[in-house]
Amino acid sequence: MRILLDNFSKSFGATKVIENMTFEVGHGEMLALLGPSGCGKSTTLFAICGIHRPTGGRILFGDRDVTDLPSQARNIGVVFQSYALYPHMTVAENIGFPLKVKGMATADIGKEVDRISGLVHIGNLLGRRPAELSGGQQQRVALARALVRKPDVLLLDEPLANLDAKLRLEMRSEIRRIQRETGITAILVTHDQVEAMSMCDRIAIMKEGEIVQIATPAEMYSDPRTAFVAGFLGNPPITFLRGVMANGAFVIPDSEIRVPLPASVSAPEGAKLMLGVRPEHFTPTGDISAPGNVTFAETQGRENLYDVQLNGGSLLRSIQPVRHDVNIGDAVTWAIDSKNALVFDDDGRRL
Amino acid sequence: MAEKSQPSANYSTWPVILALSIVSAPLVLMYAYLFIDTITDTAAGSLIPDSFTLRHWRFLWETPAGKPNIWLVTLNTLIFATSVTTVIVLVSSMAGYVLSRLNVPGRGFFLAGVMVLHAFPSVTLIIAIFIVLQMIGLYNSLIGVILVKAAIDLPLGIWLMKGFYDTVPWEIEMAGVVDGASRFRVWRSLVLPQVRPGIMAVGLFSFLTAWSEFILPQVLAPGSKVQVLSVYLSALIADDNNFDFGTFKAVGVFYIIPVLIVYALFHKYLMNIYGGGSKG
Ligand SMILES: Nc1ncnc2c1ncn2[C@@H]1O[C@H](COP(=O)(O)OP(=O)(O)OP(=O)(O)O)[C@@H](O)[C@H]1O
Ligand SMILES: [Mg+2]
Repeated sequence: MRILLDNFSKSFGATKVIENMTFEVGHGEMLALLGPSGCGKSTTLFAICGIHRPTGGRILFGDRDVTDLPSQARNIGVVFQSYALYPHMTVAENIGFPLKVKGMATADIGKEVDRISGLVHIGNLLGRRPAELSGGQQQRVALARALVRKPDVLLLDEPLANLDAKLRLEMRSEIRRIQRETGITAILVTHDQVEAMSMCDRIAIMKEGEIVQIATPAEMYSDPRTAFVAGFLGNPPITFLRGVMANGAFVIPDSEIRVPLPASVSAPEGAKLMLGVRPEHFTPTGDISAPGNVTFAETQGRENLYDVQLNGGSLLRSIQPVRHDVNIGDAVTWAIDSKNALVFDDDGRRL
Repeated sequence: MAEKSQPSANYSTWPVILALSIVSAPLVLMYAYLFIDTITDTAAGSLIPDSFTLRHWRFLWETPAGKPNIWLVTLNTLIFATSVTTVIVLVSSMAGYVLSRLNVPGRGFFLAGVMVLHAFPSVTLIIAIFIVLQMIGLYNSLIGVILVKAAIDLPLGIWLMKGFYDTVPWEIEMAGVVDGASRFRVWRSLVLPQVRPGIMAVGLFSFLTAWSEFILPQVLAPGSKVQVLSVYLSALIADDNNFDFGTFKAVGVFYIIPVLIVYALFHKYLMNIYGGGSKG
């Protein structure tokens, strides 16, 4: 079921958290709400599930206006940031609670609970209480409880935050698989860009209560609208060079670096610019050479990560296949791949 | 739940225990004598009992003229204490929730008011209550004194329950609401179980204070049909004509036995009032 937020605003007393936000999640789509802590992700989610009343705007499920509908009448499944399992109930009772509330017969509840707990692989834990489960198991119980009533919409508030790296990887594909299988419309709140990029059809990047950009992960990565988006996506993160516009090229004053810009970039002569260079685009094979000294080196197993201080003081990051011939302090002359460099104006807007 | 405290390795505990034993010895001795006195006879001026007797406990099977039957009195006390407990638990478990969670108008004012009410010693109100009860015809009835006692103890119960509700995470309620449960259902089957220790503690506390309440029944329900144990006991000493100290002590022991039993069974819940946690 499609979800539409139309000019949605939310404030708590005098503090405005969200102002005039508009976005749409298509039927069966999974959207990531990605942003730094405190930007209003949970607030948006709570408004969609009816816990917070919007202070302005409308929320639509399909063509139905649910703005004034209480949570109980919205048919949504939510996995909370803290899971919010019912501590006094067993796993089976937790999962079955939404059905029990609906007045379903006990035998049918049992059947449904068995089916859904098989789906999330917790069939052997049904008799335990939440306190007797690991974080990952609790998370699956929460997911099962959210899915059991076949909701129109699934909302996930940082569901993987408490898991270890391996389990997180597993649950990522697990959630995605379940979401695809059930064809449910889902919104995933996260501040982990890898999670957002790997699990979701589209990503909405939020900053201070506003959506900066909505796009598919690939689009967002290669074509970020602002420096904030470019900085948020990508691991290791992008680095920025500061310079000015001179004769159709990006120039760092007092240095020989000169990156010709495509004609599509229009900026007045002498305007301050930022050049974003992703680590994979600063390597020995680029076309604009930028000599400097290695100030930081780290191996990540398959790849090495280097920070290079350019002559003139700016910093660039480089990621390369593992090599053992470069150490901290060495002078290197690597080069920027100018076709893939991203140009921003002084306010961070992409040019 | 209160942990059993481990003996600390930093200092030995026996001097502390010794000091505490010495300080509390007189109390223990008094209680021991209280009990021994009820089943023995002692010659005047002597401390050592000289013969075993059950005559002080006669009140259990024979009713002296002019006195109510002890079992009727015990039943009254039981009805009084359990009714007060029921009222307090019911009202404070709901009022505490409302004050902790719902956005009722005048909530702050109400909370402050409840606190002030609790600060009033019931004695200062007793004349007014007496007049009110007499006007509405509840003077000298158990119902009247039950209502008064419950009303006076309610503020504390409400405050305690509010404190327990405050420790229940909001997310549990949010989860319940999106799972489709009504607000009442959420309270009944999701929140209430989290504050069970609080309910036990408040209930127990109410029962114990109601059981030992004296001044309210004495003033508001002194009649022999509705007498409670504390009033019965005080009537025993007030009776100068056939003063019997042994019987007085026996009734006293009889009076505290239920308290001891209740306390022994449930004392860990009482500790929760101070722990205030949501874990059982
Ligand atoms: N009940 C409330 N009253 C007042 N301010 C609130 C309330 N709830 C949230 N806020 C404020 O709204 C802003 C957004 O909060 P929100 O919980 O949506 O952040 P978030 O994006 O989910 O962050 P995180 O990633 O840390 O969970 C924060 O600045 C927070 O202080
Ligand atoms: Mg949040």
